Amino acid sequence: MITDDQFSVVQFLDAEGRVVQNLPEWVNDQTTLIDYYQAMVTARLSDQKAVALQRTGKMGTYPSCLGQEAISLVCAALLRKDDVLIPYYRDLPGLLRRGIPLSDVLRYWGGDERGSASGAWGQDLPNCVPIATQAGHAAGIATAIRIRHEAGDPMKVALCALGDGATSKGDFAEALNLAGAWQLPVVYIINNNQWAISVPRAIQSGAPTLAQKGVAAGLPSFQVDGNDVIALHDVVGAAINRARQGKGATVIEAISYRLSDHTTADDASRYRNSDELQEAWQKEPIKRLRHFLHRRGLWDESKEQALKERAERMIEKAVQTYLNTPLPKIADLFDYHYANTPGQLEEQKRDALNREELRQRMHQKDAVGGHQHD
Amino acid sequence: MTDKLTMVEAVNLALDHAMANDPDVVLLGEDIGVNGGVFRATAGLRDKYGLKRVMDTPLAEALIAGISVGMATQGIKPVAEIQFMGFIFPAMEQLICHAARMRNRTRGRLTCPLVVRAPYGGGIHAPEHHSESTEALFAHIPGLRVVIPSSPVRAYGLLRAAINEPDPVIFLEPKRIYRASKQVINTDILPLDTCFTLKTGHDITLVSWGASLRETLAAANVLASHGISAEVIDVATIKPLDMATIVTSVKKTGRCVIVHEACRSFGVGAEIATGLMERAFIELRAPVVRVAGFDTTMPYYRMEDHYLPQVDDIVRASIKSLAWR
Repeated sequence: MITDDQFSVVQFLDAEGRVVQNLPEWVNDQTTLIDYYQAMVTARLSDQKAVALQRTGKMGTYPSCLGQEAISLVCAALLRKDDVLIPYYRDLPGLLRRGIPLSDVLRYWGGDERGSASGAWGQDLPNCVPIATQAGHAAGIATAIRIRHEAGDPMKVALCALGDGATSKGDFAEALNLAGAWQLPVVYIINNNQWAISVPRAIQSGAPTLAQKGVAAGLPSFQVDGNDVIALHDVVGAAINRARQGKGATVIEAISYRLSDHTTADDASRYRNSDELQEAWQKEPIKRLRHFLHRRGLWDESKEQALKERAERMIEKAVQTYLNTPLPKIADLFDYHYANTPGQLEEQKRDALNREELRQRMHQKDAVGGHQHD
Repeated sequence: MTDKLTMVEAVNLALDHAMANDPDVVLLGEDIGVNGGVFRATAGLRDKYGLKRVMDTPLAEALIAGISVGMATQGIKPVAEIQFMGFIFPAMEQLICHAARMRNRTRGRLTCPLVVRAPYGGGIHAPEHHSESTEALFAHIPGLRVVIPSSPVRAYGLLRAAINEPDPVIFLEPKRIYRASKQVINTDILPLDTCFTLKTGHDITLVSWGASLRETLAAANVLASHGISAEVIDVATIKPLDMATIVTSVKKTGRCVIVHEACRSFGVGAEIATGLMERAFIELRAPVVRVAGFDTTMPYYRMEDHYLPQVDDIVRASIKSLAWR
């Protein structure tokens, strides 16, 4: 019988950034941790700006990643460029790390398909809104990798992010089942932020851990402190290496907390008590790593200030790019459904273009008319 | 040129040729490997092309569609078999929310060149959930194509075209006529936006697709024996719908009977009738008539012939149409 005591949460840094077990060798190279710290701070400031843009009517509904920066960032940082990231919709830190401009992310949440279109995305999938459906895409991408793989070469890897709510869906179970049966080069990272909108982890599943859902599929499965970049780096790195060596898939439950509302359209105070939220703030990933770096003398206030200024400049530039993006063309509504656009759709496009022209002429006429009445 | 082949053999040949022609074409589905599919559409292909290209999947339709989407975004061309159309519903979220939208939502950065094949329709005394015709559900979805062959030659030519197409295609195979006739296959690839006029005539236009064309052609023969010349059109590509061919025919005949197995209401027949109203209103000499399944659940097989359009239904509908002067 498999019991939940067979799972333990991998952790190196506690909430105060104190070392709780011997650190892995790579930590001695301080550049990785400093890099993670800088990227998380940049992501959090970017996230705050995105929320502010929504609050000021300059962007649509946005799901903040506040408090979960570490998971998304470390996963993306450990991938190679030609690996494939299959994000969910709370992966801003990972997208930025993959080289996707913040302006693309803002364009996407600003209601513009072009936010998922630029070459910077490579072969990565766009944000996935229908929950857990991307689990199947990741298994399919891993299948494509396996089909194209030449014996002896390292495998490319697919990495799929999803939330705790997604583990309740059949798509998740079906994808894990296949990943186990076919030994696919894929890593499933469950971003367990404890809340699926208003439904807490406790009533999302009776399973003591979400990681153990991977066990049923025959997959190595782990729980890791999702606010501890060192633990994440170790566990996710090992999973990616397994996949890269052709040894198959891994399931990782990264335990974190959604410090934000579900989205800007949500008010978590309706269903979540503030004590729980305050407690979660004590464990968040950025403060934890900052304490660790301070203690080791690798970080100080002036560096912090310089980092924030750099980040703000990048963000301001991205916001300007976003706000200055011209509207898509009417033709764009029609031109990307088919490589060979059917005749009926071409007719509808002509109608829409004609209507637009008519409206513009009416508008000009009105403007002229208005002037005459002055 | 081949020996005479049945429709299911023509499907097999099309898959074989597509795989030989393009190493990115792969097959996946339930029981398609060593078993060759429950209708044998993929027989022999696993031995010929290997396990990497002919994949027996776990029994999970949402997954079959989901991994097809994933593969397609990376340039593989999956041809997935859903064992029966009655089991396609778990796959619909993937087809509607992802396959159909991927090109548009990434402005062409990622695409979904996949084909989902499914045997469909009634008339073979199959178990429950094996006989429905739900092509209209897919035809309603922007970004999809829906294709239904009605002969071995068109099964071959349309399936080759569907696999070549850079966008998702739902390819529905009328299983009642899988082995109903044999034809020599000339390996022509057929267009995905064109109706086929199977019989020319000048008194009335009969429009149908899939297995119902058997009854429609038989009805045309009955009408011919009474001196009535019926033109018979196989729609073949449900989406995009080639209204031009149908309109040209109806402008000539002034009358139209649409025959389909699917439920009467909110279906492809209604779309064709509306297209005729929009484009041939002046030339129509009688209301467009639909001969279709009832708006009922597809009955279990004891009563399926009472649901499926029969020759006499089509003849009667034609006479009704011809009575308008």
